[in-house]
Formats: sequence, C-alpha cells, structure tokens
Amino acid sequence: MTEQPKISCRHLWKVFGSDPAGFLARHAHAPTSENFAAGRHIGAVRDVSFDVYPGEILIVMGLSGSGKSTLIRAITRLNDPTSGEIIFEGKDLLKASSAELIEIRRHKMGMVFQHFGLLPHRTVLSNVAFPLEVRGAAREERDARAREMIRLVGLEGRENYFPRELSGGQQQRVGIARSLAVGPDVWFLDEPFSALDPLIRREMQDEFLRLQKLLRKTIVFITHDFDEAIRLGDRIGIMKDGKLVQLATPEVMVSSPADDYVREFTRNAPRDRVLTVGSIALPVPAPLNGVNILASAKIGEAAPIVLASEKPIAVIDAEGRSIGAIDRAAMIRALYPEERT
Amino acid sequence: MNGGGQALAAPQFAPAPRLPLATVVVAIILLGAAAAWIWPPLQRWPAEWAIPFRDWVTQAFVWFSAAAKPVTRALSWLLSWPLWLSEALLFRGFPALNLPPLPWVAIVGGTAILGHWAGGRRLAIFCGLSAFYLAIFGLWQDAMQTLSIVLVTVPLAAALGLALGLWATRNARVERVLNSVFDVMQATPHMAYLGPVVILFGFGQVPAMLATFGFALPPMARCTILGLRTVPQDVIEAGRMAGCTPRQLLWKVEIPAAEKTLMLGLNQVVMQTLAMVVIASLVGASGLGQKLLFSLQQLQIGKAVEQGVAITLIAIVLDRLTQAYMRKVPEHSAPKTGFIVRHPHISLFLLLLAASGAAAGFFHAFAVLPKELTLSYGGPINSAVRWVSKELFPYIKPLRDWLTVWLMLPLRNFYLWLPWPVMLGVLAAIGYHFSGWRLALLPVCLFGFMMLAGFWEPLMLTIYLVTGATILCVLIGIPIGIWAAHSPRAARVTRGVCDTLQTFPSFIYLIPVIMLFQTSDVSNVIAMLAYATVPAIRFTYLGLLRVPAATTEAAVASGATKWQRLRKVELPIAFPEILLGINQTIMMALAMVAITALIGSRDLGQEIYKALPGADTGRGLLAGLGIAFIGITADRLIGAWAMQRKRLLGMA
Repeated sequence: MTEQPKISCRHLWKVFGSDPAGFLARHAHAPTSENFAAGRHIGAVRDVSFDVYPGEILIVMGLSGSGKSTLIRAITRLNDPTSGEIIFEGKDLLKASSAELIEIRRHKMGMVFQHFGLLPHRTVLSNVAFPLEVRGAAREERDARAREMIRLVGLEGRENYFPRELSGGQQQRVGIARSLAVGPDVWFLDEPFSALDPLIRREMQDEFLRLQKLLRKTIVFITHDFDEAIRLGDRIGIMKDGKLVQLATPEVMVSSPADDYVREFTRNAPRDRVLTVGSIALPVPAPLNGVNILASAKIGEAAPIVLASEKPIAVIDAEGRSIGAIDRAAMIRALYPEERT
Repeated sequence: MNGGGQALAAPQFAPAPRLPLATVVVAIILLGAAAAWIWPPLQRWPAEWAIPFRDWVTQAFVWFSAAAKPVTRALSWLLSWPLWLSEALLFRGFPALNLPPLPWVAIVGGTAILGHWAGGRRLAIFCGLSAFYLAIFGLWQDAMQTLSIVLVTVPLAAALGLALGLWATRNARVERVLNSVFDVMQATPHMAYLGPVVILFGFGQVPAMLATFGFALPPMARCTILGLRTVPQDVIEAGRMAGCTPRQLLWKVEIPAAEKTLMLGLNQVVMQTLAMVVIASLVGASGLGQKLLFSLQQLQIGKAVEQGVAITLIAIVLDRLTQAYMRKVPEHSAPKTGFIVRHPHISLFLLLLAASGAAAGFFHAFAVLPKELTLSYGGPINSAVRWVSKELFPYIKPLRDWLTVWLMLPLRNFYLWLPWPVMLGVLAAIGYHFSGWRLALLPVCLFGFMMLAGFWEPLMLTIYLVTGATILCVLIGIPIGIWAAHSPRAARVTRGVCDTLQTFPSFIYLIPVIMLFQTSDVSNVIAMLAYATVPAIRFTYLGLLRVPAATTEAAVASGATKWQRLRKVELPIAFPEILLGINQTIMMALAMVAITALIGSRDLGQEIYKALPGADTGRGLLAGLGIAFIGITADRLIGAWAMQRKRLLGMA
C-alpha cells in the first residue's frame, strides 16, 4: 500500500513498575525478558510498531494479558505509553497537550468498550448525545445527530429507554452509536462483542460489517477471538507478551504463520473461507476452457467445481489471463493440510 | 509500602516461635498481682501523680473560644438564617409579612406524596400516617422544630462531606489523614462533641447543628470515596474518550454514576443528624429531643413514649424515604407530554398546597391543628407502667438481681481490682500475638494516657459495663443469627426487626429499660443490649450464609449431623465474620455508654454528662476520647484476630 497511513505507531513501549521511564533508559530502550524479570518491571507493550491505513479494519488479537488492551489505551492515550511515537495526521499524539487531546477526542476519535461504558443515569438519546454535549453542541443539533445515529444502529423508538432496560446487544448498539456521534476519523473498538452471547455476537459482527461498508472508517479492533478476527479483519496483528508477533492479512497468516504460537491459532481457522484459489494455484499452464476460476475466489467457493472435475482447472486473474491451474489433489491438500489429518 | 509488603509476605515463612498466648497472660496476671501487692502504686496509679491534662484542655478551649469569637459569632449568624427560614416555613410563619407557616394538612399530604414518588403506595401510606401522628398527638411544633434543624444541616453536611471525599480521591495523603481522623471521630460518642461546641458556640439550635457535622461528615466522605472508586472503568474511559474535561468527567460522569453509593452516604447523614439533634437537646436544642429529655427526667413515661414514638417515626420515615430514593430506578416516559403528566407528584402537591392554603384562610384548623382536637395516649401508658412496675417488677427483679450478683458484681470487682500493669500488659500481649509490636504499643499508649490523665476508674467502669453488655449480646445474638441462617422465615422476621431497631435514635432505648428495670447497672447494660445486639445477629447470619454451599454439602456427604455440621464446619468458617459482628456490637455498646449516663452511672459517659453544664471542656472531651480509645483498641485487636483467622482459612 502506498497510501499515507492514518495512524503510525513507532516503537511503542508501556512499562509498569516504580520507575518505567528510568527502567527503559537504563536498558537502552531494549530491555529483554530477563531484564524485566530481574528489574521488577512489567512490559505490557514492548516495542510495537505498525501502521493503520485509511478505511481498513486492523484487528489486534491476543489472549488475556498479551497487552492488547494496554496497546489500544496507549494509542488513545487513556493510559500514556512510556515511550514511542504515535503519528496521527502528521503529529505525534504523545506530544499533544491535554487540551489538544480533548479536542482530538471530541472530533476525531470514537471508542467502543467491552462492557459498554454507558452512563446508567442517562437515556439512550442522552448517552448518544453525550460526546456532542461535552463539546458544547446546542441541544437541537445534538439531539438530531443522536437520533440519526440511533436510527443507524437500529434502535429507533428506544430513545427514552435507560441502559438497564436494554439487552446486552442493544446496549452495545448504544455504545456504537455514541462512538460514531462525533463523526470520528478513527474508530477504536475494544473487545466490543466479547461480553455478548454467541448468537448475538454473530449478529453484531454482521451489523459491524454493514456499518463499515456504509461508513468506511479507519478501525482498530481488539479481540481475543481468532474467528472474529478472521471474519472481520482486513489485517490481523497477533500479540504475545506485549510484542506484536505477526501482522498480516488473514490469508497470509493462515498460509504462512510466523511461528508456532500463530500456527496454534490458525490451526482451526476456516481455511475454505480464508485462503484464495490464487494462493494455492500450481504454476503450470492449463488450457483455458469453459470453466475457469478467479484467483481471488475463496477455495471454499471453488472446491465443488475442482473436486467434481477429472482434469486441472485454469485459474485466471481479474483480466482473464491464466496464472496457473488447480487440481483435486491441490484442493484437498489446501482444505486438509497434513497436520490436521 | 515496604511494611505492607512484609506484612503480606510474613505468613509465607514459619513464624518465630512464640509462647502460647494463655501462658503469657497468666504470667502477666501473676507477676502484676504480686508486684502490686508489694508496691501499691502498681495497683492503682496515685491520684496525686495524675497529670492535669483536663485543666490544660479546658484552659486551652477557654482561650481559643475567646480568640475565635469573631469567627464563631459570624458562623452562628450565618447558620441562623437558613434555620430561621426553615422554621418559619414549617411552623413559625412570617409574622413580619403576616404570612402563616405551611398548613399542617399540606405537610402531612406532602410527606405522603413524597413517599409515593420515592417508593410507591405503601411508603406513601406509612409516611402520611407518621406525619399525621405528629399532628394528632399534639407534637407538631416540636417535631417541626427538630425537622427544621435536620433540613438545614443535612444539605450542608452532605455538601461538605462530598467535598472532603472528592479531595481525598484526588490526593492519597489527604485520604490517609482523613481516614484516621474519621476513625477517631466516629468512635467518639455523640455527646462528647457537645462540650467543645458549647464552649465555642454557646447553647441552642446552631451549636446542635455544628455538633452534628462531626458525626455526619465521615460517612458521607467515606461513601464519596467508595462511590467514586467503584465507578466502572469502562464508564470513566468512555467519558474521557468522549472528550470530557476533568471537570465534566467529575460532574457528568463520575458523580452521577456513583449516585447509589452517594445516596447511601446521604442516608447516613440524615440518620446521624437526627440522632445528634435528639442528643443535642442536652445543650438546649429545642424540639422533640428536649421534650423527651424532660419527660425522662421527670419519669413521665407516658409522655416519653408518645415523644419517643414520634422521634422513631421521623427516623424511620427519613430512612425509608432516602432508601427508597436510592433504589428508585429511572423509568422512561413517553416523549412530548405536558408538565402534569411528567411530574404528577409535584403537580399534586402544588394543588394540595393551594387548596389547603385557601382552606386555612377560612378555617384556622387547616393551618394549625387546634389543641382541642389533639389526642394523647400518655394516660393509659402511665397506668400500664404502673401496672408493670407493680405486677411485673416482682418477676423481673429476681432476674435483675441474679444478673447483678452473678455477672455484674464479679465483673465490676474484677475490673476495679485489676492492677494497671496487668491490664496494659495483657492488652499488649494480645496485640503482639495477633499482629506485632505496633499493635502491642497502641493500647498501652491510649490506656496509659487515660491513666495519667486520672480517668482510670471511670475507664475501668466503662469497660466493665461494655464487657457485661457484650457478653449478653453474644449470648443472645449469635443463637438468633444461627437460627436465622437456618430458617428463611426466621431470617425475614429477624431482618425486619433488626432494620427497625437500627433506625431508633439511641435515646429511645432508655424508655422501656427504665420502665422494666428501674435504675441500676443492669438497666444500663440492658439498654446497651437492646441497641447493640443487632450487629452480633447480623454478622453471624451473614457469616453463616457465606459459607460456601460446596463445603456444607461436603460435610453432609461425609455424614455429619446437623449439629456437627454447625460446630465443626459452619461456625469455624463464619468465625472471622462473627468476630467483626462482636466488634460492631462493642462499638454500639460504647456509643450507648454516654446515653445511659442520663439514667445514672459512674463511667466515662457520666463524666461527659457531668462536664456539660459546667462547661468543663477538658473533662468531657477527655472522657469522650477515653470512650473512643476503648473503641479503637477493641476494633484493632479484634480486627487483627479476625484477619489472622481469615488468613488461616485462606479468605484474606
């Protein structure tokens, strides 16, 4: 991608302990795990660098304690990182004064929380209008905007309900509407669906994809659920012990995991819905005939055709040129790699 | 930081070998007794060696009150205005403007409407009837006078407590200091606040209000700290991400989200204020409390009961109203409706006010209930009391005498004989055994100070009364708690009784005690008993309830009988909780010590009471501190014991 990133994190560190900055300085900004163990400090985020591009959904995945929540709080400066840079619109967020930070949050950032973070004493309407209220918008203006957001997330008619009168899924819809009310450029979601039942979670994921199709926000999405990451993410970053282990598209991650830790996650990934035909096509010339398969098709879509055919089938790119072929054996290998059988 | 770490780490290692506590205690008693026999000053600290702290304190206060006169005058003047306004509204009227007070009909109706708004129909009926009681039994003016102090003090104390609490949440050092100050403030009996306040502000309503602050501030500040601490992290982060300034975050997010806990604080403020206003009648605060005090002193039990019931009703109404409001959940209303639909209660009250105001213009009885229309049941009560003392006392007397001979006298003689080195030594040994050197030093310093100040005998007599009361409380409370834990119906009844008993201002307990037992040490103990058994019951019940179901089931599966289960499984696990209940019981018994002085005693409470009229600040204040010291010592020692048990059970 040659596009300008929306957010760039450079060498981000978040260290907990009695003297985090001094600890980092003493170890030349590169403490090892042994240093941490010996120095009574904890490295929650360790030298993390990545870019988020406009309009993409970047998923940060990790188990509890991996540092993903600390990372998102460092980027949003809910908890200031110990060192590093966060370039947002050409400026280092870490150098922003608290007044500038408030301005940025009031206009350019939105965040959704795992346990919703709704204000229990306010109605749905008033919750959604809250960010507009604190930035000083007039009542009519903020109510109109809030109603628009409530309609967007499908909660029309519940404007005067209080949070406790809503189901979990509905409450998170309110959280989503509130986070979108200011029209943010960057949208942070911190395990937004983890507190919901599996069925509702699925429904909310679809809702999320629908909204993103409509809004095209730049998104940083935290989850501990690899299936969710694969389903929603354009790119996925996997965190372990505060470090970013691998950052790649779901397909690259499944087809070539960086290490055993990542492989463990991808083992049960729905390969038929992640891998594309292009990535498993054999580089052999095959005659174009009546039936060809697009390289960008997921292998699950192509499998019935390939498995039904005696002969290899040509794989073509978007322009219709042949880039290789795929046969039964290759398809079966891709669907059922050895380690799973 | 370091100390905390070590304390936490300590149980990891094998403890240093210690002599068993019992051995140490016996050794101290024998040694102390022998030493005291050889050299009498070790038995009783000679009076001529006492250090005149009390005179110093008195002189300091006299000097200070003179120096602070402009400030105290200004403060009194400032506070007298809101008080004047609320008294004018409730019962005095505005003679200068020729305006009457709010008609009693409107206030009774308004109370019912308030009850309906906060808690529904049942509360409305209760509130309305309670207010009507005040009117129909001719206690209206006194009740309104008491109420006006409450109405003015509560908002002030709540606001001040909130501010202190907020300050503490912003600054860890402030929190530490406030916490220790609050500990002492809350352990000092209500009455001990009156002395200094009288010196500084004189007698009357305003000093009563100021004395109230001492008791009403700590719970409010503590609830503020707790409430703000427990706002969910998500909510605060959502507020920050919405772009709140720190001020917006506090007022629009944190305080509203902590509303429930803050309301609990407000409830405490209201109850403490009422309790204090009643006691403040000792320094000339007029109102129901004063009338009750007069009735008690003249042994007019019938009147006292009427007034006591009135105070109790006010207390319960205020308690239930604030609690109902705390539980009240916002309901959504249909948008775009009129004022009357959205605010039916306010509308109804305005209507009632207009109607009763108009009616009062024609019939004076609507404005002020005429004396001819009021009732009294004091007469029948008086004859009942006469009957009781004639018919029942012969039966109660043996119980009283039996308790006196077999419990109270031996205890009293024991404490009075106890050489002071033995007392201090045993307490230090207990403190050292359960915690360490610091806890060993604490009781020695506190009690040693009281001894040097010449308060040893009243101190011992206080401990004696409290010990007696605590023994009885435990004997009565724990079985009730066990019973409640094993029978849901018993639990329901017990909870209702406990809740009601705890709302009574402590004064009230004196009425039946005088009726039944007349004046004696046993009466004092019984009054403490009525007041202080509740926590023993409640903590036993809660402790047993918290025993994990799996543990009980395992005991049943092992073939334990009901009795074995209780003795070998449930009670040991609930023991730390029960200890904390006993701790609370001691605290409440101590709070009652000062009150029972009204019916005669020789303990620290009596010292406080005697110091009041003579403005002997040092005597009253030091005696009050003495009670606080007993409380703090008991609290720390029992707390350390409970902590040790909890750690052993892996529950800390």
